[in-house]
Amino acid sequence: MIPFFAYVTLFLFLPSAYVMVGAFKDQHGGYTLSNVADLVSTPNIRHAYRLSIEISLVTAIAGALFGVLVAYAAIREGSPRWLRSAFTTFSGVAANFGGVPLAFAFIATLGNLGIVTQFLYNVFGIDIYANGFSLFTKTGVELAYLYFQIPLMFLIIAPAIDGLRTEWREASANLGGSSFQYWRHIGLPVLFPSLLGAVILLFGNAFAAYATAYGLTSALNIVPLLIGADLRGNVYFNPHEGQALAFGMFAVLAGMMLLYLPLQRRASRWAR
Amino acid sequence: MRRPRISLSAVVWLTLGAAYFIIPLVATGLFSLRDVQTGKCCSLAAYDEIIHSSAFWTTIKLSFRLSVETIVVSLLLFVPTIYWVHLKLPRMRPVVSFLALIPFVIPPIILVVGLLGFFKDTIHAPFWYLGNPNYFLVTAYVILAFPYVFFSLDAGFRAIDVHTLTEASQSLGASWRTTLLRVILPNIKVAALSAAFLTLAIVMGEFTIATLAAFHTFSTYIAEIQQTEAYPAAAVSLLSFLITWLAMGSILLIGRQRRVGDAVAVAEVEH
Repeated sequence: MIPFFAYVTLFLFLPSAYVMVGAFKDQHGGYTLSNVADLVSTPNIRHAYRLSIEISLVTAIAGALFGVLVAYAAIREGSPRWLRSAFTTFSGVAANFGGVPLAFAFIATLGNLGIVTQFLYNVFGIDIYANGFSLFTKTGVELAYLYFQIPLMFLIIAPAIDGLRTEWREASANLGGSSFQYWRHIGLPVLFPSLLGAVILLFGNAFAAYATAYGLTSALNIVPLLIGADLRGNVYFNPHEGQALAFGMFAVLAGMMLLYLPLQRRASRWAR
Repeated sequence: MRRPRISLSAVVWLTLGAAYFIIPLVATGLFSLRDVQTGKCCSLAAYDEIIHSSAFWTTIKLSFRLSVETIVVSLLLFVPTIYWVHLKLPRMRPVVSFLALIPFVIPPIILVVGLLGFFKDTIHAPFWYLGNPNYFLVTAYVILAFPYVFFSLDAGFRAIDVHTLTEASQSLGASWRTTLLRVILPNIKVAALSAAFLTLAIVMGEFTIATLAAFHTFSTYIAEIQQTEAYPAAAVSLLSFLITWLAMGSILLIGRQRRVGDAVAVAEVEH
């Protein structure tokens, strides 16, 4: 146990504590609230947090909706077993495929010279870039994030969907319940804590993502890219600003975790 | 009873889902086959360029080496710890599993701020540590891999009877070392291998800490080549996908007897 705790203390706790404390220090070593206050009062930083939260919310909710529909389609009665294993395997890979290669896959697809962009232009005469679309904007980053958000949702929610027992559906049907009534009174209430918990995990996953956004556009004003630019030393000169940015990010993620844990406990009630 | 047929809405959603994931891969594949001069299909020039690039070989070898080192350190550190928790300190299990959730609130982008600030600016760690990816990056990657290794090994230990195995081994006169290496380890082999392949996938693709700490790994090589050469960049992106695929495929293959979903775990690596 001792080597384990020593390791975690040295390489996780102390560096994290350093960020948390550093966020409240000024350049002369005294304590101050001004770095953290800057997070709210500096328009550029406030904008970055807003954009980060927006992108994370949009991709978490869209990814969760799409993911749960695909998962239900793959698992529900009537779908062959092999489809489920195929989708599970693929989700395992896609949820782990991120970063710069993912960004490049989207550039090859929807970039200015991308395969789909050119296909739409050559076959249908639609120039998506002339119509206001660009991969190197918020929309593009969201599209790329969905590539790992949807499969992650699939992996998280599949066990919960398994927990919906056939007997419940049959019991509901025997009592004259319609499909709508089944979902309204049984299916969704049972799934709800898992769904909400999954949205939170997806939110955190997108909120902390650095490499994919970096690979698409380093100019997008989101918090991880701001911290990265700060570390590379081409925006700020005060290291405590970067620590405050990281602290703000930690605060958001910790808040998410506090929401997630009770949901997780509630969701596990129906797990087999 | 007749087997119910697959419903139309299921077909629609599955097709849409599959399309979203396959189209970018096909596009990357087609892109990588374009001719460097003319931009037309098909030429293997991009692949030729990569295999003759020394930067490609140095970085992919380094990343692979870092993966192996991270796996070795992780297993050395976590196998005895989790074994001990299951054997003697079951009350510590919630503590360790809570610790395994911390990387969710301290993602790589925050960790790297802390690591650089703490080791470089505060305690002024020596250059042999800070400047060497085999030390600096590996110590960080063990932390990144910790949740995956923990949940994988924990499931492995829960599936075996740690107490009986240990007592049987010791009553036959085996030392702790022998018990751990020759009795426990073979019984959690599948879990340990799953943890190892997950770690491999994580380390081979890790970008945030590597680039911000100014190291040249496989993923920073992809980022660099992406700036200058589009078609070879498509080829290495595809290769990177293949590596993830191989790592995940190996987990499924070795974990055949277990449920597919458990093996792939709820994996969210940095993106």
